[in-house]
This record gives sequence, C-alpha cells and structure tokens, in this order.
Amino acid sequence: MNIIVCLKQVPDTEAQIKIASDGKSIMAGDIKWIMNPYDEYGVEEALRLKEKFGGEVTVVGLGPKRVTDSIRTALAMGADKGILIVDDAAEGSDSNAVAKALAAAIKGIPYDIIFAGQRGVDEDLGVVGSSVAELLGIPSICLVEKLEAAADGKSVKANRLVEGQTLVIEAALPVLITTQKGLNEPRYASLPGIMKAKKKPLEEKNLSALGLNPAEFGAGARKLKVVELKSPPERAAGKIIDGDSPQAKAAELARLLHDEAKAI
Amino acid sequence: MAQGVWTIAEQREGEIRKVTYEVISEGRRLADALGQELTVVLLGSNIKEKAAEFGHYGADKVIVADDARLEPYTTDAYVSVISQLAKADQPAVILLGASVQGKDLAARLSASLDVAMAQDCTAFSVENGNLVAIRPIYAGKAYAKVTYENSFPQIATARPNVMTMNAPDTSKTAQVIDASFSLDDSQIKTRVVEVIKDETGKVDLTEADKIVAGGRGVKNAEGFKVLEDLADAIGASVGASRSAVDEGWRGHADQVGQTGKVVSPNLYIACGISGAIQHMAGMSTSKVVVAINKDPDAAIFQKSDYGVVGDLFELVPALTEEAKKFA
Repeated sequence: MNIIVCLKQVPDTEAQIKIASDGKSIMAGDIKWIMNPYDEYGVEEALRLKEKFGGEVTVVGLGPKRVTDSIRTALAMGADKGILIVDDAAEGSDSNAVAKALAAAIKGIPYDIIFAGQRGVDEDLGVVGSSVAELLGIPSICLVEKLEAAADGKSVKANRLVEGQTLVIEAALPVLITTQKGLNEPRYASLPGIMKAKKKPLEEKNLSALGLNPAEFGAGARKLKVVELKSPPERAAGKIIDGDSPQAKAAELARLLHDEAKAI
Repeated sequence: MAQGVWTIAEQREGEIRKVTYEVISEGRRLADALGQELTVVLLGSNIKEKAAEFGHYGADKVIVADDARLEPYTTDAYVSVISQLAKADQPAVILLGASVQGKDLAARLSASLDVAMAQDCTAFSVENGNLVAIRPIYAGKAYAKVTYENSFPQIATARPNVMTMNAPDTSKTAQVIDASFSLDDSQIKTRVVEVIKDETGKVDLTEADKIVAGGRGVKNAEGFKVLEDLADAIGASVGASRSAVDEGWRGHADQVGQTGKVVSPNLYIACGISGAIQHMAGMSTSKVVVAINKDPDAAIFQKSDYGVVGDLFELVPALTEEAKKFA
C-alpha cells in the first residue's frame, strides 16, 4: 500500500502571534516552526498501514527551505521518502495554489491513500486536503478519528465525528483522508530513526519542474486576499468576586450571571 | 455577471439545523447590502415541506434538490449537485454554516468551482459590491480581514452561535423551486455505512449555548463530576483543556483550543484552567467568560468577565446549588 502524507510547517501552538508593521502579516522573526500537529497523525497512520500492508510512505511538503526539518522529522519517524516543493514564486500562495502544487507533485507517484491534516493550525482554512482530492479526482473523507483498512487493502472505513454523532464512511481506494485528533498517538522519532533519516531521499522540486506556471502562484495570484490583520479584541479583565465563604462567592457569582450578564 | 446571495441549508434526517437559520439571517443582511435576492438551497430526501418556512427568516426563494441519494449527506453527492446549480445560476455569494458538514462541503465545493473560500468567519460586510469577511486565524490569536480577487461565487462559512438570528416573520414566505440537476451513481464514491449516535444527549461544544470546562486543576477524571453536575443544572455542555485531554481525563472530542474545538457559547465557565494561549485561542469568541481558579495569578483572570479565586471543588458545587435557584 503506497501512502502519501501532505505536510505543512506552522508556528508552534504555544507561539505568541504578533502582527507585522504592514498590518497584513505576522512577525516571523522568533517563531519556532513545527510540523502541523494534524499532519503528525497522518504520518503515524501511514506508518501503521505500511507496517500492516507493506509499501512506501512519501511525505510531500511545500514551503521555504526550513520545511526540510519537518520532512526530516517525518522520515525519522519512519517515512521512506520526502519531496519538498520549494520555489520563491510559491511564497505567499493561497490554499487553492498550494493544493495545485501538491496535486502536481503527487500525480507522479503511485498512491492508495493520501493523508492531509484537517487544517493547518495557522490559517485554519481546512481546504487544502479537499482541494488536492478534487484535483486528483478521488474521494475525500474529512476529520477522521478512526481508520480501518479492509484486509484486502482495497477499501477503508473511516469514523468521522460530526455534531452529536459519528458517521462510519466507506470508500474504495484511492482516497484522501484528513486527520483529526484521536486518530492515533504519534510516535516520537528514535535516535536510530533520526540517524537513518539523514540518508533517506529528500527531493526538492520547483514549480516549473512540476509543469506549473509560476505566475499562478505567490501572493500576487491569491484569490483570497488578507487585506488586514489585527490582534483579537481584548477582553478587559473583569470583576473578581469576593466573599467570606465559597457559598457566599458562589451566590454572588450566580446573582451576577443572572441579573447582570443574563447568562443563566 | 454573478448575482444573488445563496445560503446552503443543513438538515439531518429531515430536521433543519439551527446554524441554517443563523446563516439565512446573515444572508438576508448581505443580500440587502448588495441589493440582491436571497436564495436558500436545500438538499435532502422528501424534504420539500421544510422549504417554505425559510421565508420567515428572510429567504426570497428556496431551491430544493430532492433525491433519495441526498440523504444522508455525502460530500460527493452534495458537491456534485450544488456545483451544477451554482454553474447554472451563478450566484455572487454562497454562505454555509461552519459545522463539520458545512466546512467539508465548502472546502470541496470551492475546489470543484476553483474559487476562494473563507472558513469559519465571525463577521461579514459588503464593500464596493463585494463580500468582505473577518476570520480568526491561528485559532483566534489574530483576526484577518479577507477579500476575494476575481473569484465568484464568493464562498464563506459562518461560525455557529455568532450570527444574529432574525426573529421569524410568519407573514413572509419564499418561492419554492424544484432544482434541475443530474446525479450519476458513479459520482458517489463515499457511502455512510453506519451512524453511531451520541447517547449523552449533550449539545456539541461548537453549538453549545453554555460550556463548563475543566483543566489541570480538576485533578482526575472523577473530578469532572462536579463540573457535570453544574452543567446539568444550567443546561451546559462539558469541555476540557488540552492537558486534561492529554491526561486521559476526557475524550478528545471535548477539547477546546487551538488543536481542539473552537467554541462561541454565550457563557463559558473555566474551572481549574490556567489560561494557556493554546486554550484561550479556542474560546475567545465566548460572550461571557467566568474563571474559577485557586491561583490568583492565573492568566485566565485577565481574560474573564468574572473571576473567583478559590478551590473549584468547593466553589463549583456551591455554584450548582445557587444556579438551581434560577432554573
């Protein structure tokens, strides 16, 4: 079973996000970059399927050179090969364009299952996985928290949590799965794994090499434009409720929630 | 020339989901700002009788696509039908609710039409005849104002519980139109083989009006009992911070934060939650925030409307008793 994992690099979830002076982007200066947490579930699930069915796991990422580190992390976890789409012209591309580049890179590789994170925890759009599937003409199952491949390796059953119920969805391969927390517990890269990863193939490709027109990429070609970026509205620190006992404090809080906030 | 505002209704087993009315109400405001018509698109099986009432919330027209293969929802069937209808009618704007289904549908629909989509927006406006959306990014650590560049229809999803719902006006009705579309079985590549219902009867966090959430201070899985009792007393759902989920005290479906759910309840009561940026990002659009924490220096007090310093195991049960007086 050949599996592809789409990988994005994002700011660490603990990172403070500061708005740059252009008012449209974030200050990248001291940000620590990590593999998108949802992509880790994709790498782990791919490795588990490979352990069961054999085959190859290829990680495909797009972004500047620093993304190499995250691809190496996936290789150290056990993936076989990496591809990094790196091109100055791709900087600032929107999700539509990113999906086109990923689909172009994936087209040349045999695959049965493609994993993508349900969203990047940066722009929070959640569109790249579905777009890659659409461009490749294969079905997509989003927000999967449990995946079961049939013994013959020809179809999958995927559990997808929607509000108040879980849907079990079946599809024949090939299929694209977007990963949700709960799918698995991603492994840590072992020291031998990290050593081995250094020798695993990691190919770099630019847009032209993928048969793409660089003019259709980058900030200038965005269909969804960020015209302004602001810090979230600050919630002023409110009332600290005092009282002689927990009961007195609770009574005052309940009164305020009822009379003032009208929330209960 | 693209013309008109569309909203896509969401139904489950014939029941219209609340977010549908929120989106129709917002769609009405945008249609007025554009001076255009509002059309609701409703897909399902034997669903037509639900269509007329959308007029009460402001719809001018309802397009109904009725087909046994449109129940239950599958991405393939819905995208196929809606993209056919959109190509024929060329609406300027398509709005959906940012539910699990709505987000999935919007993503694949935008890919199918090769247009831009703004996910999980908290505000909309019209500038120079075009849709402008505000959307929290980095799970709410920043707010982006986004526009569409020569990309029609302008597709967006609206965060549940955020858009103001119009009071229904039963004197208003919508014109109901049968959709003309074709659906080929070979296009439907995913099949719902089982539906496992959540028997707790609790409203999902993303749709909840009230949430009682617990963090590390709750100490263990049993500690959540006092939170459950408060939640029962005030009709809330129970959420958890990442640390509580990582400790295995709660399931991952309960996690609020950047790698969990983003919620917008009317009331959010954070118990034993310190206020890590990861967590705050997921609940910042809550209307009223209450913090209960024994550490007076906990960061969460800076972001709360009401704070109580003390032991949650004393305060929460006491609050449960007090809240019952208002029930």
